[in-house]
Amino acid sequence: MAIMTREEAKALLTKVLSYSKAEACECNLDGEVNGNIRYARNTVSTSGELNDVNLTVQSSFGKKQGTASTNEFTDAAIEKVVRASEELARLAPDNPEFMPILGPQEYEKVNTHFQSTVDVDPSWRAEAADASIAASKANNLVSSGYLNDSETFAAVMNSKGLFAYNKMTNVSFTATIRTADGKGSGWVSRDFNDAKKMDTKEASAIAIQKSMDSVDGKAMEPGRYTVIMEPAATVQLLQNMFSAMNQRTADEGRSFLSGKSKEEGAPKNRLGEKMFDERVTIYTDPQSPDAPTHPFSGDGAAFRRTDWIKDGVVTTMPNSRYWAEKTGMPYVPTPYTGGGLFAGQTPINMDGGDESLEDMIKNTRRGVLVTRLWYIRQLDPQSLMYTGLTRDGTFYIENGEIKYPIKNFRFNESPIVMLNNIEALGKPQRINGCMIPPMKLRDFNFSSLSDAV
Amino acid sequence: MDRRQFIKLTGVGLGGLMLPVIGNAVSAEALLEPAADVAMKKRMTNVALNAATSKGATYADVRIGRYLNQFITAQEKRVDNVVNTESYGIGVRVIADGTWGFASTSDMTDDGIAKAAETAVAVAKANAKFQTDPVQLAPVESYGDVEWKTPIKKNAFEVPIKEKVDLLLEANNAALSNGANFITSVLFLVNEQKYFGSTEGTYTDQDVHRLWCPFFATAVGESGFKQRQGLGNPVGMGFEYLDGREEDKIRVQGANIGYGKSYDLVEDATEAAKQLQVKLKAKSVEPGKYDLVLDPHHLMLTIHESVGHPLELDRVLGYEANYAGTSFATLDKWKSGTFEYGSDKVNLFADKTQVGSLGYVGWDDEGVKTKEWDLVKDGILVNYQAIRDQAHIIDEKESHGCCYSQSWRDVQFQRMANVSLRPGEEDKSAEDVIAGVENGIYIVGRGSFSIDQQRYNFQFGGQLFYEIKDGKIVDQIEDVAYQSNTQEFWNSCTDLAGKSDYRIGGSFFDGKGQPPQVSAVSHGCPTTRFNNVNVISTARKV
Repeated sequence: MAIMTREEAKALLTKVLSYSKAEACECNLDGEVNGNIRYARNTVSTSGELNDVNLTVQSSFGKKQGTASTNEFTDAAIEKVVRASEELARLAPDNPEFMPILGPQEYEKVNTHFQSTVDVDPSWRAEAADASIAASKANNLVSSGYLNDSETFAAVMNSKGLFAYNKMTNVSFTATIRTADGKGSGWVSRDFNDAKKMDTKEASAIAIQKSMDSVDGKAMEPGRYTVIMEPAATVQLLQNMFSAMNQRTADEGRSFLSGKSKEEGAPKNRLGEKMFDERVTIYTDPQSPDAPTHPFSGDGAAFRRTDWIKDGVVTTMPNSRYWAEKTGMPYVPTPYTGGGLFAGQTPINMDGGDESLEDMIKNTRRGVLVTRLWYIRQLDPQSLMYTGLTRDGTFYIENGEIKYPIKNFRFNESPIVMLNNIEALGKPQRINGCMIPPMKLRDFNFSSLSDAV
Repeated sequence: MDRRQFIKLTGVGLGGLMLPVIGNAVSAEALLEPAADVAMKKRMTNVALNAATSKGATYADVRIGRYLNQFITAQEKRVDNVVNTESYGIGVRVIADGTWGFASTSDMTDDGIAKAAETAVAVAKANAKFQTDPVQLAPVESYGDVEWKTPIKKNAFEVPIKEKVDLLLEANNAALSNGANFITSVLFLVNEQKYFGSTEGTYTDQDVHRLWCPFFATAVGESGFKQRQGLGNPVGMGFEYLDGREEDKIRVQGANIGYGKSYDLVEDATEAAKQLQVKLKAKSVEPGKYDLVLDPHHLMLTIHESVGHPLELDRVLGYEANYAGTSFATLDKWKSGTFEYGSDKVNLFADKTQVGSLGYVGWDDEGVKTKEWDLVKDGILVNYQAIRDQAHIIDEKESHGCCYSQSWRDVQFQRMANVSLRPGEEDKSAEDVIAGVENGIYIVGRGSFSIDQQRYNFQFGGQLFYEIKDGKIVDQIEDVAYQSNTQEFWNSCTDLAGKSDYRIGGSFFDGKGQPPQVSAVSHGCPTTRFNNVNVISTARKV
């Protein structure tokens, strides 16, 4: 039941709409099968499975709208949720920003669903965990990790004849492997749509090596350094920056993309401005071979490849249908992200080069290699300044080689500055549902040292 | 309910505010329908316990939960949405072959319940082959049939929706007419109706209420914009928290109004708008060393991050290494009996018993009666937070009673109790503490916060910053963040206000675990002084 076929979803949503007495009705149906295993101290700690389907019904009368949802699917339960949404709509005041529902759309074909991931079962998970635990034990290290797989489907139908449907699978694995004395720590992360690509033993070998290599990190003076950021170190900063690119907040003067001049007639936002190094191109593409996504947004609007930043220029800013109409701009939706492992995160692709991480290290005279950043928090929404710390593998590079491990740093930096200080971009890798290149950046600001390992 | 559904239901992204919601939307009336009666819940619990033990479980516990949420979101002059959610189901946790197993279901038929119990045993047995450290449970008293309710005066779910909507719109209007350009206000209500039973012979029936009413105001000026969040606290109270009684206000001359046992939302929104106008023109802080005076609404988060988390025993042991991290407060430091966590003025305690706190319950989620205990006494580390399967590791005879799960669907595990700083012996006011500072900064409200994975190095911001010169508040300043090391910071504590300044703040959505779960936790403290702390400026032009 949790994962419905296109036909099953269509039949169910048609039934839901048959109960509707509203002037307009829009329904979202989401299903998820989610399995996980967790281990720590070289032993399994918890594991579980979750199955769930949710129906959300949004009804409207004029500019009044109400929303209700359920996970029960008897006829009575379906009628009840439809009536509940209508009752809330009647009680609601007019929403001056209400927009009528969309008509039918055409969607691209996408490749988001893999049977290998559907076939993952508890024993597969247990063996995947054991591959990491056994390799750690063999090296007298202490492993902890988490493997999570999901199959999801999403469907949208409304009373104007729109219907959208797609299925997706994902599997992700993270491991933190530490030396028994707690003086070294390494980490690795892998995620794919296709579980056949997941090799927890290969991945754990990287965390094991970093764990052993990071023992007794030396203290370096905080300051501005050339850094090589692995994709895991930049993905959250880039996703945070993307989520701050909304046109409305920019037009309202409360975003890093707000127009600089307050004079009458001056542009309200920075669309079309070159704000980054010309090598920066960031886009979302449902048909991306490595980071695909649903070809529609939550309201059923078709979503196709959209370049947010191209050759360093801000080319597209997401908006709502209300704001698009009010400002005379095209409606720019973001793809539906649904449930599953990367719920709520728009998958972004950033173009890079051909260099491997190893090549980038070889080509560096003096710098710092950063495995990942942790506890990232915004300091200022205007400059997009963030703080956070390096973690689980920070190394000093000299003359093309990793010379020694160093203590972790706190950073205070903005992705806007980072993307203007690019020395080199490597080959993009999948991380958190995105494709991000390793980056060599100059003058990255480390503000203090941390004793944490 | 995932984030996308939440955004659709609230109609707003809310910027940095992440409100995980458990359950599905239901009509307003449905929230007031009576739940299954206690006798029925006990019968269902026994179905699960019997099914688990008959399959080989040596221990089992069952939680039947009905989780109700209501949230109302108002942006500027409009209401975005009114949403009611409900979630009902059962979670079964077992020990079989010395290993934990868990399963949950919303199928509340006898067959559905028994199947969940059997699945939990099967999971335990499957994982047992990789288990190298069999579970040991600390003894617990058998309490029989007991019940507990949050002591509320006004059930917020019973307050008419119009009254709640009008309150949010009044606050928004107050902010907009006093200089704010934008404001989002949210009223968030939680009611956990939790029934618990275990093979130890305890059956608890608890009715837990929580409420939070934050806002986010923005003012746009000539050269940029500034934001200010509300200074109300999430609480374990009913709608009476929003009465805004005068006797619960603590005014600091030249600075802010602090709120204790009740909160004046409209007044705070008005103050926020006025303070935003000052923020737009305020000078940036000069980086350097300052004596800091931290108000309770700010300090509670510093306590949360630098005391609450590092003293969670599962983190100390490494069970959270792959996510939130481990802890600098290792067992050898505790065993030494001499580890100076803070100065001798620092007394930190844990509890799940403070009235009005988010953690306040009668029994935890494994049937342990809640209590209060010391963590740091006269500056020395003396204890951690531990549950039944950890107590033996720190030579405790019983659990501390801080086991929690966010819903029937998720497995319970060790979560932070309320962790609080005892007030000073002398009953000083906040202004008395400020009066002793020559060159310092008074920080109000929770801002940006970040700490490393072993809880050494942290950096915290705030909502409002005031320069202190010769014992007086001088100017409002901007761009303040302080960086310190946990032990160094707590050892720099030199002065605390007294019990009449003690206030309880908290975090509605503290995250931990994989898959992540949220928990609500409070932290009480008085206005407190820390000497010679490193302050940086977060200002940067890009």
